[in-house]
Amino acid sequence: MGPGEAESNRGEVPPSVAIGADVALSVDHLSKRFGDRLAFDDVSFTVGRGEVFGFLGPNGAGKTTIVRTLGTLLTPTSGSATVAGLPLTPENGVEIRRRIAVMPESPGLYLRLSVAENLECFADLYEVPRASERIANALELVNLTDRAGDACGTLSRGLRQRVALARALLSDPEVLFLDEPTAGLDPVAAREVHELIVGLRMRGVTIFLTTHRLEEAERLCDRVAILNTTLRTIGRPAELRDRLFPRTIAITTAAPIREPTQVFAGLPAVDGWRSDGGASYLLTVSDPTVAAPAVTRALVAAGADVLEIGQSQHSLEDVYLELISDDVEASGR
Amino acid sequence: MNLSTRRVRAIFHRELREYRRNRSIVVAIAIFPLIFLIQPLFVVFLAHDVSSASLSQMHLLLYMLAIPVLTPPMLAGYAVAGERQHGTLEPVLTTPIRREEFLVGKALAVLVPSAAIAYVVYALFLALVALFAEPSVASAIIQVPDILAQVLFTPLLGALSVWIGLAFSTRASDVRVAQQLSLLGSLPLVLVTSLIAFNVIHATLGLAVSLAALLLIADVLGWRAVSPLFDRERLVAGSR
Repeated sequence: MGPGEAESNRGEVPPSVAIGADVALSVDHLSKRFGDRLAFDDVSFTVGRGEVFGFLGPNGAGKTTIVRTLGTLLTPTSGSATVAGLPLTPENGVEIRRRIAVMPESPGLYLRLSVAENLECFADLYEVPRASERIANALELVNLTDRAGDACGTLSRGLRQRVALARALLSDPEVLFLDEPTAGLDPVAAREVHELIVGLRMRGVTIFLTTHRLEEAERLCDRVAILNTTLRTIGRPAELRDRLFPRTIAITTAAPIREPTQVFAGLPAVDGWRSDGGASYLLTVSDPTVAAPAVTRALVAAGADVLEIGQSQHSLEDVYLELISDDVEASGR
Repeated sequence: MNLSTRRVRAIFHRELREYRRNRSIVVAIAIFPLIFLIQPLFVVFLAHDVSSASLSQMHLLLYMLAIPVLTPPMLAGYAVAGERQHGTLEPVLTTPIRREEFLVGKALAVLVPSAAIAYVVYALFLALVALFAEPSVASAIIQVPDILAQVLFTPLLGALSVWIGLAFSTRASDVRVAQQLSLLGSLPLVLVTSLIAFNVIHATLGLAVSLAALLLIADVLGWRAVSPLFDRERLVAGSR
């Protein structure tokens, strides 16, 4: 498997291609075990430079452990990885940490110190040149310039997340790991963090985002991987939908159609149909752009009054639930 | 291995800032020195039946060497375990800092204020004795070798106490346990200073030089011994 490719542990799933031309992260059959407990197993994927890569999974799936492993805090039990161009080895720990930044789930700020003092400390830990300039830029990026002198303990949770993000940006990292950046935030604060991530993506920062908020992943990520100890699938959200669910067209008419089998049979690109209750129908199609005009013409010819016709979209949540429910059934939970 | 002075300084300065913002820390580290100041002052100013000769035998200043031993355990016990408990350790460990840099920064942040408090208390005691005690009592207490011993042994004893505290702090999962064990671990050092102060071990120049050399070696070994105990994986994930 060459750079730019990604693979899944599911044999039937084709590899998805990383978006960036270069590879920022490459993980090859990586596993981590704590004694008898398996945190994650045989995980392989790549992330391109400038890509926003989402890592989804239920609680305890191993998302945080993967971030900590790639962040050199934990030693993998087996497998290999390359992080920001360097092999993941204990000898490269310092250099890897110089090139990346990690924002843990909990901001971990020094609450008695001011926002600026927290950032000063980390600017020194990263040995950032022109520290005060970089701190000012980071604060401006997260819209906290006017709160620089405030003690972190006086800030709301959302603002603390923003400080943690500013701290992660101080070193101008090649790869930014965000572990559940919106966990515990109210919708307004979560939206602010989303906007910041969108801003970082526009600046070309490679972002590895773990979350169990599916709408967050769908909105922000170029590609997503679904993990539940092992990697269940990987790809762009639209790819995953197409891979797991057939494309459908939803139709609603003013009254039930008398002979729907006769109306829908033999239409181009229509593979089948089923009633969705009352005067609603779901058609399985191979190509909606071909099927939709033909279906409309057939309905008009049959004298049906069409109220609504459109492509039915499965969400990333449907994909997630489809994959994770397999695991739940298998484990008997 | 080259230590980054900037990263060591970052840890050191941050710790001092935290002390300044937290009065309870200042109170906690000032308690032992004040207790150890009361007893010698009581002997000098209130115990009238104590002769100058017996005072010179008591090595009151050496008795105060317990201050640099007993001040650091509270702070050193908190240093790693406390950060871990408050969730501030993981962000620091994701930076390029080496464990040796982190530990040296932490050790200095405990040692410098502890030694400073110890010196201030000695100076205060000496000033009170010189100004208000009988001249014969003052000359019996203020002896140059004892003062030199204070100056020399304060950082050496303090540093050893710091490494003992940091060792427990890196291994304990609870701050209270770390602080209790740090204090217990430092007690043998108090025993040595007390034995000298009470003339059970006779203080001589040779003994002082030997002890100083021994303490210096113990301090270096302390740093070397604590570094491997600082395991990122165990500290972050609680495993191993």
